[in-house]
Amino acid sequence: MAAFRIEVRVMPRAGLLDPQGLAVEHALHALGFRETSGVRMGKHLVLQVDAASPDDAQARAKAMCDRLLANPVTEDYQIAVETV
Amino acid sequence: MRRVAVVVFPGSNCDQDTADAARAAGSDAYLVWHRESDLRQADAVILPGGFSYGDYLRSGAIARFSPIMPAVAEHARAGGPVLGICNGFQILCEAGLLPGGLMRNARLKFQSRPVRVRVEAADTPFTGLYRPGEELEIPVANGDGRYVADTQTAAELEARAQVVWRYVGDNPNGSTNEIAGICNTGRNVVGIMPHPERRNAPALGGTDGARIFLSLEAGHATQLAGAVRAGGGHHAGV
Repeated sequence: MAAFRIEVRVMPRAGLLDPQGLAVEHALHALGFRETSGVRMGKHLVLQVDAASPDDAQARAKAMCDRLLANPVTEDYQIAVETV
Repeated sequence: MRRVAVVVFPGSNCDQDTADAARAAGSDAYLVWHRESDLRQADAVILPGGFSYGDYLRSGAIARFSPIMPAVAEHARAGGPVLGICNGFQILCEAGLLPGGLMRNARLKFQSRPVRVRVEAADTPFTGLYRPGEELEIPVANGDGRYVADTQTAAELEARAQVVWRYVGDNPNGSTNEIAGICNTGRNVVGIMPHPERRNAPALGGTDGARIFLSLEAGHATQLAGAVRAGGGHHAGV
């Protein structure tokens, strides 16, 4: 067993309205950052996981995302595994 | 008199009002803490509004794994009536007992005000006493009230007449197809975003929500009458 640091990025599914991202974009425009577009806002989770291998850690993290960390109807996720 | 279990999650805040509304309709309503695993012979289950687990992660995402939820799912699978109001609706979607999900309101603001909804389906255990097409005024109180479903799911909901209530005139949260409430294909599991328990008496500003609870009792009475007829006048003990 080894310890892995896992980062999960959960984003509102592309194509679905993201009002938080939109509000941030409007605020950036108001501050003069007019070059900004397509702002989306999601969640970033950091987990410490004990697993036999990086693949195992990845598979466990995927199961966590499918069951709890992301909603398959409204969100997409990405997993990054790092050996601690 | 139906036994109505109102489930209380940490962060539920409409549980007492919902139980009161069910009692006012003649039901024997009682509260069930989410750590319990037994619904105590409930005829119907209501998941009330509020902010279970502080809406952490996503509204309803953690509550759906509460110890009581397998019993709720089993009750639903067996055809028993289940109603999710607001946060309860979010929990039912997260639990996969209803399709789709609820996301942040399109206009970001927490919306707390009366809205108009049209009854689209009167053939659920909670809408039997309404006329299809009837318009009601019931308040919403939500931050994550935007009903979202993929194109195919939304088309199926429409084709199978699973949209139970639809916002009229003003869509307060940007819901797909102005959806305010839906049911499952079995029509026994129902979710609604507005709060009917806040409009069940003139003192609360109106009674448009009362029949959601009265329908449950009326359906029970009809069922009993049907059983009596089917049994040649003898009570079948439903």
